[in-house]
Amino acid sequence: MNHEKVEKNLGLMVVLIVFAISLGGLAEIVPLFFQDETTQPVDGLKPYTALELEGRDIYIREGCHVCHTQMIRPFRAETERYGRYSVAGEFVWEYPFLWGSKRTGPDLARVGGRYSDDWHRAHLYNPRNVVPESIMPSYPWLFERELSGKYTATKMSRLKTLGVPYTDEDIAGAKDAVQGKREIDALVAYLQSLGTVLKDKR
Amino acid sequence: MSTFWSMWISVIALGSIFGLCWLLHATRKSQTNTTETTETTGHSYDGIQEYDNPLPRWWLYLFWGTIVFALIYLVLYPGLGKFQGLLGWSSANQYEREVEVANSTYGPLYAELAAKPIEELATDPKAIKMGQRLFATECSVCHGSAATGSLGFPDLTDDDWLYGGDPDTLKTTITVGRRAMMPARGMMGNLTDAEITQVAAFTRSLSGLSVDPAAAEAGKEIFYGKGSCTTCHGQDAKGIQAMGAPNLTDNVWLYGNSQQQVEFTIRNGRSGEMPAFGETLSPEKIHLLAAYVYSLSNKQ
Repeated sequence: MNHEKVEKNLGLMVVLIVFAISLGGLAEIVPLFFQDETTQPVDGLKPYTALELEGRDIYIREGCHVCHTQMIRPFRAETERYGRYSVAGEFVWEYPFLWGSKRTGPDLARVGGRYSDDWHRAHLYNPRNVVPESIMPSYPWLFERELSGKYTATKMSRLKTLGVPYTDEDIAGAKDAVQGKREIDALVAYLQSLGTVLKDKR
Repeated sequence: MSTFWSMWISVIALGSIFGLCWLLHATRKSQTNTTETTETTGHSYDGIQEYDNPLPRWWLYLFWGTIVFALIYLVLYPGLGKFQGLLGWSSANQYEREVEVANSTYGPLYAELAAKPIEELATDPKAIKMGQRLFATECSVCHGSAATGSLGFPDLTDDDWLYGGDPDTLKTTITVGRRAMMPARGMMGNLTDAEITQVAAFTRSLSGLSVDPAAAEAGKEIFYGKGSCTTCHGQDAKGIQAMGAPNLTDNVWLYGNSQQQVEFTIRNGRSGEMPAFGETLSPEKIHLLAAYVYSLSNKQ
């Protein structure tokens, strides 16, 4: 084929460009949609409770994922500090993923159960109260704001259509489960649930 | 991975590489010129023209080089669907090798230290250094990098212990964690606000803080009577370590010693929690950590 034909024929060039750049995705991404490793949950994985789900949305709203990752890579330096490396089956019901891409703070993939609820509350109110060297921002407003639960059930039923196995009772009870709870309680509940499904943590 | 997807990946990967070979070959026309020419491409924009010279050889060879690299890579490493590559590499076994190497380096060291009693390790500079590193990673988040704690998180350097500071107790605390339970408003949960103010005054007076004597006198009666505070804190108010109930007479305050803070503690109760590390840390590391913590309050 002559260069000139492609260069002077915009439609043909668009088709060829789309074809060329789609090859990588077709080979590397599309097959993952059909692998058990990436689509099947690990044993014992449970969907977030209504309160944890609201906490997750606060985590997103406050931009926690900008400074914290939720992905332990298979390197000894990471597993020594954060625990067993993450596997795809732990994330099959995550919409969207919160893997993050930059660690200004530590990884949180297995933070659940590592610290007490009291610690999380003290730390989120003002990190320097417990870790004087910390540069993390304070989040005092989480202690004042209450959840209304207005959209909790809607969120859960949308997630259900994406394949998260919520039952009808879960969705029906969602509003009552979160209404009147403080945002801090939701966020701490979410953090304490992270990475707890795999029991062998080392 | 099913055969279909394995084929799918292989065909696209190899097809792309051979497609690029064809592209390089098909567009090599002008490469037949071995010397520079004065021939132009025939374009003329604002009087500016472009010579139709071939790509520099080294540049062209870089293209071919990347193709050769890709083929060698696909033979050695897993890239073509189910084919695992001749080297047998995978990220999981790379990780396992890394851990094995580390274990064979550090394993004997840990084993040697774990065999020694904690009292002995606490005087061993090497063990203390290792323990300090572990402490900085695992414990400093709550107890502080100098182990001096903060409001609600115990100071580990002061030889005042909620659950006991002997080596075995320290190891138990680290391994299975602790959960304290101070009920709100006294054992029965029935103290009024006025009574709480009085008990707080009495409690503070035990540590020699200045309080309203009348309130403290009234508080004493509630401490030993209606509040049943002695159930956990003991008749002498010196605490009971088996329950993690603190000594109230030593002027060491986990949750602050102002009248307001003590009242808050009595009114709302407390449930201090030490997380369990038995699942995240190996017994050898817990042994070292216990030795480090032990050394903090048992200075030579």
